[in-house]
Amino acid sequence: MTSAFAALDLELIAMQLFSGVALGAVFVMLALGLSIIFGMLGIVNFAHGNFFMVGAYAGVFVMERTGSFWAALLVGPLLVGAMGLLVERFLIRPLAGRSPDDPLLLTFGLGYVLVEGVRILFGSDGLPFATPEELSGVADLGIGYFPIYRLFVVGVVALVLVVLWYGLERTRLGLIVRAGARDPEILRVLGIDIQRLWLWVFGLGIALAALGGVLAAPMRSVNPEMGNVVLGEAFAVTVIGGMGSLMGSVVAGLLVGIVVSMTALVAPEMASIAMFAFMALVLLIRPQGLFGKPGLGV
Amino acid sequence: MQTLDQSVVDAPPGAVNPRPAPRVTAGFSRWRAPLSILALLTLPFLLPSQALAVNVLIYGLYAVGYNLLYGYTGLLSFGHAAFFGTGAYVTGIAIGAYGLHPLLAMGLGTVAASALALTVGAVSIRSRGIYFAMVTLALAQLVYYAALQASSWTGGENGLRGFTVSRIALGPASLDILDPQVKYLFVLAFVGVALALISRILASPFGAAIEAIRENETRARACGFDVERSKLLAFVLSGLFCGLGGALSAIHLSIVPLDSLAYHTSGMAVVMTLVGGAGTFFGPFVGALVVLVLEDVFSLWTPHWQLALGTVFILFVLFLPRGLWGAALERFAFRRGRS
Amino acid sequence: MIEQGSRHGSVSRRTLVRGLTAVGALAGVGMPFVARAAEPIRIGFPTPVTGPFGAEAKDQIRSAELAVKQFNEAGGLNGRMAELLVRDDKLNPGEAATRTLELIEKDKAHFIVGALSSAVQLSVNEITRSRKVLYVSISQSDTINEAKDFSRYTFHEALNPHMTTAAVAKHAFKKGTRVAYLVADYAYGHEMLRGFKRAAAAIGAETAGEILHPFGAPDYSTFMPRLRSMRPDILCICNFGRDQANSIKQANDFGLKKAARIVVPVLLHNQRLAGGADAFEDVVGASNYYWRLEETVPSAKAFNDAFRAAYANAIPTDYGAYGYTAVRSLLMAVKAAGDTDTHKVIAALEGLTYDVAKGPERYRACDHQAIQSVLITESRKKSEMQGEADLFRILEVEAGSEAALRTCDELGHRA
Repeated sequence: MTSAFAALDLELIAMQLFSGVALGAVFVMLALGLSIIFGMLGIVNFAHGNFFMVGAYAGVFVMERTGSFWAALLVGPLLVGAMGLLVERFLIRPLAGRSPDDPLLLTFGLGYVLVEGVRILFGSDGLPFATPEELSGVADLGIGYFPIYRLFVVGVVALVLVVLWYGLERTRLGLIVRAGARDPEILRVLGIDIQRLWLWVFGLGIALAALGGVLAAPMRSVNPEMGNVVLGEAFAVTVIGGMGSLMGSVVAGLLVGIVVSMTALVAPEMASIAMFAFMALVLLIRPQGLFGKPGLGV
Repeated sequence: MQTLDQSVVDAPPGAVNPRPAPRVTAGFSRWRAPLSILALLTLPFLLPSQALAVNVLIYGLYAVGYNLLYGYTGLLSFGHAAFFGTGAYVTGIAIGAYGLHPLLAMGLGTVAASALALTVGAVSIRSRGIYFAMVTLALAQLVYYAALQASSWTGGENGLRGFTVSRIALGPASLDILDPQVKYLFVLAFVGVALALISRILASPFGAAIEAIRENETRARACGFDVERSKLLAFVLSGLFCGLGGALSAIHLSIVPLDSLAYHTSGMAVVMTLVGGAGTFFGPFVGALVVLVLEDVFSLWTPHWQLALGTVFILFVLFLPRGLWGAALERFAFRRGRS
Repeated sequence: MIEQGSRHGSVSRRTLVRGLTAVGALAGVGMPFVARAAEPIRIGFPTPVTGPFGAEAKDQIRSAELAVKQFNEAGGLNGRMAELLVRDDKLNPGEAATRTLELIEKDKAHFIVGALSSAVQLSVNEITRSRKVLYVSISQSDTINEAKDFSRYTFHEALNPHMTTAAVAKHAFKKGTRVAYLVADYAYGHEMLRGFKRAAAAIGAETAGEILHPFGAPDYSTFMPRLRSMRPDILCICNFGRDQANSIKQANDFGLKKAARIVVPVLLHNQRLAGGADAFEDVVGASNYYWRLEETVPSAKAFNDAFRAAYANAIPTDYGAYGYTAVRSLLMAVKAAGDTDTHKVIAALEGLTYDVAKGPERYRACDHQAIQSVLITESRKKSEMQGEADLFRILEVEAGSEAALRTCDELGHRA
């Protein structure tokens, strides 16, 4: 442990809290997709972290071809989302009616395929991804300096949340999605093609993970292992917030970000232990998480 | 208009009965342990290297221990590396830091793994389905990070070293463990005993109880089985055999890498068991053999062997969920006309 | 079956048996001579082909193979050719141990060279020393010099953190400089921190603060506010690989580079490529080798030219050079010993002075650490790069000397 307590002051703590919130934004992105997929299809997607990584690479790919970060931000997740559609249709759907562990196992194997596939296509080295000009630099927040790009990430995540909330709570399609998460049988009886619903929701979840990847690319080096590192965090956040709850993903994401940030002040090496201990605790005391309910809900 | 069972309606898609058991011909079950041991005796002659053969034995034992919980009791754990690694670390520390006799150290390692399994099991048994998998994952990660932090004991990410065993004293005689042949037979002796024990366990009423729990927990409870206790006991036994595998691994490699506790190692138990045949006696060994040889062979051809591994695994989940051995047994049972 | 044979072919069984026996007898007599003359010198080479250091591994393999090729083209050892047995250790110590066992037991390797990560090197070492096989490690680590892990069969050709940190500190720290440390929380990180603090104490530089980060952490944003509040003159980042690329990039994002100078213990080719020229601009660190050393050191030029000729104008990287120096010096010792007998080669290595790529090097007796020069390099601005491979500028070359190492006593070696 370092001489942590010596340098604490209000400004530092405020700055640390703020960093935690910004860090949480990336967690939220990951947890959202994971939560949606579980809430709707009941699948724990062990390849979620790897789709995050594929998203980052899709961003690199589009960036190389168009030179535009905005194109990468838009097109990257769409490309990977399309991949998600194929995965659901051809790999996950055949598992319907079998043991609920099977999709988990399949996505576990899929993770290896994604990592190695990326290694083959892009090599094992880390690739640089430049922060776009218009978003680079630091902003003086009064309490400290913060990269403008990270503020942008927080903004994008907030925007995505608003869009999702609106879509789920206020549109007819959202109503169908929520109903399908609660009671697929009734929906079928009502004549709605539940399989098509699952297909698109899965794709959406994957696209969200990929969007997280593109957003993260300028902040960290893009490499094939970056997905494995975040998977544990993604699980922790989703479980703590509640599998299937979007509100839970948001709250838990921010909470975990803040916890990680504050432990960084005193004992950074304990951050991972703290996170997994918290995750285990929640799973044991309240397995549905802080906000979890059966089905999909905000 | 409830035409379907409530539990099915409320459950997410795919949540029907877990994988039904393969039917093994009754006649063979008495001989499964000796036959397995015989088969394993031929391994050094089939494989290109002794070191690989010992690894197959060790990981086969690890997978067999895992299978006790996953294949026979129906609980998918993603944290079994914790028991394998604990067995290995305690063995290594006992020899290196305390100078204990290797056999005694191995015993301690196995006991430590069982104790950890008791703790983890007691805590995670209450969780159901997917949550159980997540809890075991989280707890195993805890053990991993704790071992990483306790580097004065475990060597941190450099791994535990300094306990190389070259001779194992057995009364007046001693075994030269550095000799690959001797080492193989030494490890096989333990694996053989473990297999015999597991065979007895599975053939006992307890064995029937855990299979009943796998098939339908509610019905098992209704039949009067103490479900919680059976699950916990299965967990502890599973941890015991995985811990023994870890202890043997420590003797074999002369080091305990931090990876023994990692998520990837837990995943390997799942892969090997599934590929070999969950719920079959010898299946996990077949799985360990196939996976290790695949890794070895593929990595000679290409650095992208993980692609092959992942693809093979996906194909197995989709098309051959019984695993190689499980599918082979099914074929055989069918041919002999259901005995 | 025997009946079938005589039914099928024109050769009767008796003739066949007679013929085979004759050949067998001849072979039995002649074989030893043939075998001894032809028996290759087998060098096992575990390296992390799979995983995050695949590029470094590939470079090491190429360099090592170049050394073997040069040895063979010069006639080998009285006609005995050297052979490099490359194995993928997957950056995993357990895997490395298995591969090493195979190399020794099945492939009958005479020597083992290699390993990139400290954990892997230590596990290979554990196997080789118990089986009395000579091992030359090329992984940067302090641990292997210490008495606990050492053995007569263990040689360490690479730099260690003590050497690199001392050299960098000597160059960058002055009396009164305030240094903040961002350290990866694992053995290698701690070794780097220890080395820097020791050198700083001797120079009179102050520690403004230190922060340990979890090994493998992708995000450093939570450490930046505190680092900034320390108001250091120098930010010393003690980590490796992806961690280094990420932390330098993010320190740059947070504007820390404008506030403090960034200094690292090792500045490596692949990390610089992963982080990009802008993020790494003006970062100072140490290295064992940089190709532009050829401008001042003849052996570097010879090495680079041979590498270019063999590999389509490519140049060797820092980690790649280790593959060359280790294998080449080992083969020189084999030649000097005139034999592959382990003890003879150990004696030869201990007495060898070699200059194969970067100037003179030799092994210290007590811990078999290669005493060699340390290069202080700085990452170039993109605009100053004279070509794609011109990533760094050599600021100075710290000549090899025993003073740069920890004393034998300190490492636990009894004289």
